[in-house]
Amino acid sequence: MQLILEKRAERSKIVALVSPLIAIGLTIVTMTILFMVLGKNPISALYVYFIVPLTDGYSLQEIAVKATPLVMIAIGLSLCYLANAWNIGAEGQFLMGAVAGSWIAVKTQGTEAGHWVLPAMLLLGAIAGALYALIPAICKVRFGASEILTSLMLVYVADLLLDYLVRGPWRDPQGFNFPTTAEFDPVATVPTLIEGGRLHLGSILALIVVAAGAVLLGKTIKGFEIRVVGAAPRAARFGGFNANQLILLTFAISGALAGLAGIIEVAGPVGHLQPGISPGYGFTAIIVAFLGRLNPIGILIAGLFLALTFIGGEQAQITMKIPLDVTKVFQGILLFYVLACDSLILYRFRIVSSSPQVARGAH
Amino acid sequence: MRKNLLAAAATLLLAGGLTSSAIAAEKLKVGFIYLGPVGDLGWTYQHELARQAVVKEFGDKIETTFLENVPEGPDAERAVEQLVRAGNTLIFTTSFGYMDPTLKVAKKYPNVHFEHCSGYKRDKNMATYSARWYQGRYIQGEIAAKMSKAGVLGYIGSFPIPEVVSGINATMIGAQTVNPNIKVKIIWVNSWFDPGKEADAAKALLDQGADIIMQHTDSPAAMQIASERGKFAFGQDSEMIKFGPKAQLTSILDTWAPYYIERVKAQLDGSWKSADTWGGLETKMFEMAPYTNMPDDVKKLAEDTQAAIAAGKLHPFKCPVVGQDGKEVECKGGDHLDDGQILSMNFYVKGIDDKLPGK
Repeated sequence: MQLILEKRAERSKIVALVSPLIAIGLTIVTMTILFMVLGKNPISALYVYFIVPLTDGYSLQEIAVKATPLVMIAIGLSLCYLANAWNIGAEGQFLMGAVAGSWIAVKTQGTEAGHWVLPAMLLLGAIAGALYALIPAICKVRFGASEILTSLMLVYVADLLLDYLVRGPWRDPQGFNFPTTAEFDPVATVPTLIEGGRLHLGSILALIVVAAGAVLLGKTIKGFEIRVVGAAPRAARFGGFNANQLILLTFAISGALAGLAGIIEVAGPVGHLQPGISPGYGFTAIIVAFLGRLNPIGILIAGLFLALTFIGGEQAQITMKIPLDVTKVFQGILLFYVLACDSLILYRFRIVSSSPQVARGAH
Repeated sequence: MRKNLLAAAATLLLAGGLTSSAIAAEKLKVGFIYLGPVGDLGWTYQHELARQAVVKEFGDKIETTFLENVPEGPDAERAVEQLVRAGNTLIFTTSFGYMDPTLKVAKKYPNVHFEHCSGYKRDKNMATYSARWYQGRYIQGEIAAKMSKAGVLGYIGSFPIPEVVSGINATMIGAQTVNPNIKVKIIWVNSWFDPGKEADAAKALLDQGADIIMQHTDSPAAMQIASERGKFAFGQDSEMIKFGPKAQLTSILDTWAPYYIERVKAQLDGSWKSADTWGGLETKMFEMAPYTNMPDDVKKLAEDTQAAIAAGKLHPFKCPVVGQDGKEVECKGGDHLDDGQILSMNFYVKGIDDKLPGK
C-alpha cells in the first residue's frame, strides 16, 4: 500500500474553509507537547497566549496597534501578488514613506504651522512610497529586471538613507549627537483615539484600506484585470489587458500603502524618526498577505492573529517565564501547518495498492 | 483544583491592569528589558548575569522577570508597559534606544521606578546609569600600540554615537602615548550584534594590514577570527577568552551586579531616588579581564595605567585634546574634557585618518 498526493480536479471548497482550522488545531496539539516537554502547564500556556491578551482593553489596543502596519502593507502586497508582480521591498517603501513624511515634520518643527501638517505628511509619505515602488516596477517593465531582486535591494538603500539623515542633517540638536530627530510637534503627530492608550487614527485608516481593497478586487473591472493577469496571463493578453500597466499600478498602490504605514508608525507610536523604526514590518507583511490568502478580509484576520501571538508571546514571557524562542517556534509551526494544510485544497491523499507482485512479496 | 487556580490566575491578570501597585506590595517585582537574546555572550548576557546576582542576593524577597530580544522601535514602549502592568515596580531598560519609550511609560506610571541604561533623559521616577568604558579603552589603546608590529589597529564600530566615538578617541590617545605614529582602521557594521558582519569586518581589517582587532560590538565573532589568524584581539562586554585563548589581550567586562543590587535594595527599603550614575574603574562599574597573552612589561604598564585612572590621577581625555583639524578642543573640565563633552563627543582626535560618518 502506498500513500500518494494527487491533484484534485477542482479546488475543494470544504477543505478551503476547514484548512485553517485544521492548521490551528495541529498547532495547538504540537505546542501542547512542546509545553509539556518544557515542563509548563500547556492549558495555562495556551490560555496566556490566546485568551489573556483578549481579556483587557489595553492588550486589545496593543494588538490593533501592532496589526495596523502589517494589515496596511499586506493589502497592497496582495494586489501585487495577485497580479503576479513580486514586490518584496515593502520594507524599503515603508521606510521611504517614513522619511518623506518626517521631512515635513522636521522642517516645521517649532514653527506656527497649523493642522495641515499631519495630512501633508501622510500624503507625502504615500507618494514617496509609491514612487519608490515604481523604481523596480519600471525596471521590470522596461528592462525585464527581476523585481524580486531590485525591490529587495532597494530596502537597504532606504535603510541607509534614513540612517544618514538622522545622523546628519535631521539630527536632534539637543540630542547629544544620538541618531534621532527631535520629538515631533503635536500637529505632526497621529492622534490617539483613547485617552492614555496607544490606539491611534492609523488603525481606522487600516480598516478603510481593507474595505477599499475588498471593493477594488470584488466590484471593479481593475480588480478583475488584476486577478486574471495573475491567474491566466495568456487569457489576459487575449482579453486585451495590459499586464505591464497593471504591474506599475499594483506596485504603486502597494508602495503607497507601505509608505503610508511608515509615516503613520513614525508620527504615531514612535513619535520621531530614528533607525530601527520597523521591526521588519515589510517582511512580516508578506507572511500576513499569504496567511490571509491574498484576500482583504483574510488579511485583516491574519494580521490581528499574528499580532495576538506577539502580544501573547510577551505575556507568556512575563507570567510563565516561557522564553521568546518558543514564541518564534510557535509562529513558525503555525505558518508551516497553514501552508501544509493549504496544499490539501489543491491536492488530496489517496491510498493506492502497489503493483501486485510487490504486494504479494510483502506477505 | 487546577480550574480554580486558572480562574484565580485569570482574575489576577485581569485585576493586574487596575491595581498593579496593590499586588506588588507583597513581593517586590523587578523587570528587565533586554536588547539581545540572553545567550548573546555579550551585552545582554552581562545584564542577565547581574539579574541572576540580584536573585541570589535577595532570594524570596523579590521576583524578577525579563523580556529578551526587544527591538528599539515601536515595540519597546509596549514591552515596558507590559512589565508595569504585570506588577513590576522597578524596571531596568538596558539599552540606549529604550530611552524615549521608557520616559513615556514613566510619565504614565509615576509610582513605578525606572532605570535606563546609557541614556540622558531622566525624570523623578526614571534614573539613568552607565559606565565610563572610555577609561578601559585608553588602557586597551596602550596595550594595542605595544603589541602591534604593523602599527595598525583594526576597530569594529557599531554605530557612530558618542559612546563609541569617545571609545575610539580614548583608544587612540592611549595608543599615541606609546607610538605617536599609530594608525587605526575603522569599519562600521551598523549593528550591535551581528556575528556574520562582525566576522567579515574582522577579516577585512586583518586583510588591510591591521594586526590587532578591537571591537565595540557585542559578539565574540571577531575574537574567533583573530584567534584563527593568530592575531590579537580585545573582548567586549564579557569574558571572551574561551573564544581566543591565545588571542585575547583583555576585555572590558560590564559588571552591573553591584549597581543592580544597590538599586533593588534601595527600592526595598523605600530610599530609591532618581539619579544619574556614571561610574568607572573607581566604582567598579566595569572591570578589566585579566591581562593575558602579553609580555610582563606590557602587563605592568596596563596595570599601572588602570591604577592611575582608578585613583583619579590620570584622565584619558586630559587637555590638550587635539581634534582632526589640528585645533585644540575647548577644555571645559579644568585639566580634562568635562562629562558633557565626552557624552556628546562628535569628532575624531588627531591621528585618526578617517572621516566620522555624518560629519
